[in-house]
Amino acid sequence: MQQSTAVSYDYTVARWFTYTTIAFGIIGMLVGVIIALQLAFPALNGIAGEYSSFGRLRPLHTNGIIYGFTLSGIWASWYYISQRVLKVSLNEYPFLKLISKLHFAVYFVIMLLAVVTLWMGISTSKEYIQLEWPIDILVVVAWVLWGISIFGAIGVRREKTIYISLWYFIATFLAIAMLYIFNNLAVPTAFVSEGVGAWYHSVSLYAGTNDALVQWWFGHNAVAFIFTSGIIALIYYFLPKESGQPVFSYKLSLYSFWSLMFVYLWAGGHHLIYSTVPDWMQTFGSVFSVVLILPSWGTAINMLLTMKGQWQQIAENPIIKLMILASTFYMFSTLEGPIQAIKSVNALAHFTDWIVGHVHDGVLGWVAFMIMAALYHMAPRLFKREIYSKKLVDIQFWIQTVGIVLYFTSMWIAGITQGLMWRATDQFGNLAYSFIDTVNALHPYYAIRGLGGLLYLIGFFIFSYNMYKTMTVGKELTEEPANKTPMSA
Amino acid sequence: METIREIQGYAYFGMTVVFVIALYGYIVYLYKGKKRGMDYEKYSNLALHDDLNDQILEARNDEEKDSSK
Repeated sequence: MQQSTAVSYDYTVARWFTYTTIAFGIIGMLVGVIIALQLAFPALNGIAGEYSSFGRLRPLHTNGIIYGFTLSGIWASWYYISQRVLKVSLNEYPFLKLISKLHFAVYFVIMLLAVVTLWMGISTSKEYIQLEWPIDILVVVAWVLWGISIFGAIGVRREKTIYISLWYFIATFLAIAMLYIFNNLAVPTAFVSEGVGAWYHSVSLYAGTNDALVQWWFGHNAVAFIFTSGIIALIYYFLPKESGQPVFSYKLSLYSFWSLMFVYLWAGGHHLIYSTVPDWMQTFGSVFSVVLILPSWGTAINMLLTMKGQWQQIAENPIIKLMILASTFYMFSTLEGPIQAIKSVNALAHFTDWIVGHVHDGVLGWVAFMIMAALYHMAPRLFKREIYSKKLVDIQFWIQTVGIVLYFTSMWIAGITQGLMWRATDQFGNLAYSFIDTVNALHPYYAIRGLGGLLYLIGFFIFSYNMYKTMTVGKELTEEPANKTPMSA
Repeated sequence: METIREIQGYAYFGMTVVFVIALYGYIVYLYKGKKRGMDYEKYSNLALHDDLNDQILEARNDEEKDSSK
């Protein structure tokens, strides 16, 4: 296209979100390691009074990783990818630029409030939506601003066709908007109790089984539309771009998209197998979870085949290595999840550490590897400098990979041991073990998990250092690299 | 109770048939796209040629179409 060459893409907000991705990554993962060690060594619960108790710190870990680290990574990528594939620069549209800055500002305020309130123990006590209603309203504002940014950019695009990554971003936007509002519907108690209780306190609109259903309809789809569709959006852009290879099958990407959209929304019921929800809903959740293998593998295989004939790039380029491992962990995790959702397997796995292991091989292996690869790819384009050290990327890769393996293998063994001990009976039908027996048996695995998490955190510190050095002292670039990200040895 | 089970059985069968037809139909639709002049595979280039000065793959409006010639 021969348009004005004076205009260039505007990466201001992409840079800001890059900083928050790193900051919340450090906070979220550090808290994660602390609480993992607390489970192995309970005395650590009391090191800072109530502020170091597991109950206070776990919401900080989950919210920090989901809404701090992951959403920041998704939004840094959104403000980078969207301009490029639509061929629209925010420099041309001051209104959209203003919206993007407001989006970041509101988001940052929310995250600060989240850290403070959760640490103080102000919580709705609903998993992954612990924030109280005044902050929820701010979240809606941030989300609407992102929506304006999405549909505004699409409205002024130059390219007629919207690239597949953007479809996945749109899915993240629409699904979370719907789910977040429904699951957060609550009554602020001060409004109906004539001032009794704190003004920010609220009670969910749902109770009992209904609450459980709405909660897991949300809970599982938070995984679906933040950890999955938001990250698929990244890999569909960054892997082809970094490798210089076109997507193996664009048709398969479309097919996987629509089938993922259709199937995922029904799978949440698998969190409630053998609970008080209707049996057909449990079966539904289970069946749809198994069907989910197909669209998930459709995407993952599409990514692996994109590298067809180009596998030498894995040895040459550690960013490709990060993305291929991410894609492989996506396959692995989306096979493990459906297996756990089968009723008979779930009878053993439910409430055990195997579930924790599953979440973490997905998040550490797929989500965080992909976000770090995205940041590495973007950094030379955002800061006009080479990646500071290729060697550090390699070192980080291996330390974190060993960390993940220690994490999920220990949790597999812990989970299955736990499940078997809970259901074991003697010849009279009495339970063979008490709860404390399981705790004693699991101790070594909890310690190994803590070590795995610690290795991953060390790798993340190496990543953060490499990014910081890239931004400050990386070799300056005169022009934007086309595909392979330039790195100093 | 029996009636509900019967309805569930028919619904299960019916839905399976509908989904199989819909999903395979979509695959056929995508693969027949080329005959309609619709080459989906070219859209991979949206990521590969994404510089502001790169050629527009399919311009959205007439003005851009003219300028991209």
